[in-house]
Amino acid sequence: MSRQQVHGNPRLRKGLGSRTSDSATVMEDPPSGDWLTLRSDQFLKWVDEAVYNVAEKTGIRDVVNRVTRPIFNWGLRYSPWPLHFGIMCCALEMGAAGGPDHDTERMGVVYRSSPRQCDVLIVNGPVCEKLRPKLKTLYEQMADPKWVIAMGECAIGGGPYWDSYSVVAGADTFIPVDVYIPGCPVRPEALMHGFLTLQKKIREQEPGYFLRR
Amino acid sequence: MAEMWIHMGPQHPMTHGLWNLRIKVDGETITDAEPELGYLHRSVEKIGERRKYFMNTTLTDRLCYASAMTWTHCYCLTAEELMGVEVPPRAKYIRTVVLELQRIASHLMWLASYLPDLGLITGFLYGMRDREMFLNLLEIPSGGRLLYNYVKIGGVKRDLPPGFDAKAERVMQTLERRLKEYEDLYDNSKIFRMRTDDVGCYSASDAINWGITGPNLRSAGVPFDLRQADSYDAYPELDFTPVTTSAGNGRSDCFSRYRQRIDEMYQSMDLVRQALVKMPEGKVMAGSVPVRARGEAFRRTEDSRGEALMYLIGDGTDRPYRWKIRSPMFTTVSAAPHFLKGYKVADVPAIMGSIDMCIGETDK
Repeated sequence: MSRQQVHGNPRLRKGLGSRTSDSATVMEDPPSGDWLTLRSDQFLKWVDEAVYNVAEKTGIRDVVNRVTRPIFNWGLRYSPWPLHFGIMCCALEMGAAGGPDHDTERMGVVYRSSPRQCDVLIVNGPVCEKLRPKLKTLYEQMADPKWVIAMGECAIGGGPYWDSYSVVAGADTFIPVDVYIPGCPVRPEALMHGFLTLQKKIREQEPGYFLRR
Repeated sequence: MAEMWIHMGPQHPMTHGLWNLRIKVDGETITDAEPELGYLHRSVEKIGERRKYFMNTTLTDRLCYASAMTWTHCYCLTAEELMGVEVPPRAKYIRTVVLELQRIASHLMWLASYLPDLGLITGFLYGMRDREMFLNLLEIPSGGRLLYNYVKIGGVKRDLPPGFDAKAERVMQTLERRLKEYEDLYDNSKIFRMRTDDVGCYSASDAINWGITGPNLRSAGVPFDLRQADSYDAYPELDFTPVTTSAGNGRSDCFSRYRQRIDEMYQSMDLVRQALVKMPEGKVMAGSVPVRARGEAFRRTEDSRGEALMYLIGDGTDRPYRWKIRSPMFTTVSAAPHFLKGYKVADVPAIMGSIDMCIGETDK
């Protein structure tokens, strides 16, 4: 099926949204209130008007959050799912920590391969100039709330490659880092301690609102 | 049908490291492939020219983190040839022991990372469990779990403690018992055989032409092993022949590469036993190691993944003038498009996992 055929069908074109390149017919905004046909940005605007503003004015927001925050925070604290992403030596120790000897899964640490499903990004090695934009993209692809662990000397400040022409001086030069774990390489026990520290931080930060803002 | 390019990497569970495999597919069939490297280029060769000779063992440990001992050993052999240092015989035997233990640990790491790719999560748990035993064993003389910095220019850092051979024997007996279990588990697994038999084939002559070395070459039936062909350390005094496997007709497929590494683990255990028995008494470090060096030196060793090669030029100062590292995986991954063509997209993890990628030494 050629591109022209897809774009020639008006029903398909409406489904594709405003991304069609030929601007013969511009998709009209659906009528407000008909939220099933809204685009994502229009939906967020509608939610703002219909739910959040009303909840804030009437004081429902505070009441709901006070009830739900401990529950949601508990859930976040005991399920910090890291991204399955290995850079260098510390990646092997990350694997060893997930192995049978030091079983991090009992702390709720389950490695996932898609950044959309993850809460924690573990930077476990030197970030090179070629990798930096990719790592930034991975961080941005993760859904909020999210945390970053800088694992090992390389991710903290370059480590043994501090004077290299291609290694970035630390992961915190381009993404916010929550927990630093020193060591070269970091032992699995230290990584487990890092996760416990992260749990403490999540408890203190108190994220986990049911109604945002 | 229309062809299109698919990116597998740099963040992909298949990659086992930090690289990007771009494959061109026609439907499900791979018609072309293009490995893209450089995400882990740390410029080791360049910054090594600013460090003194003995400081570079820190960098060589981190070249291939799954097999740190063999790379540091390759560097130390080159530097010893450059400086004209004679290593004491006991240090040679200790090196042989730790190199073979490292080879087993590296192959177990490969087993632990390859089998989950094919749907055998049990393989990860079993492989990591057994690898821990060997890391603990290597931790006894060196003090490091993963990166040891144990082999030094002129010998090794410290002697093996008393009782090391008994501990090593116990660990190796455990592994032998478990390896038999694994062979029953994996060789007879129908899923494993279906995904590895006749997948990712290349012939012995092709492998030689492409520059594939090490276990990947020997799995095609070529009995070429640098431990014998260009022998070093205590290997000339040990009794062994290179292990080879083949998928028939001088070909190598994923299953023969798996068998090759399992058989090499048995051989390594045999070598460790021989070396521990024959080990002489004496010093473990050469009397005097010069700081400055002039000239050039070139050594190659049998790494866990193939031929590791290092080339050093000294200009009379205490730092190398030029340091060249030849990595075995760089050439193997360059040949990947040839043995990926014609297979399906779902075979990519099986094929690329079977060659035991290590990006640290590939990108340097």
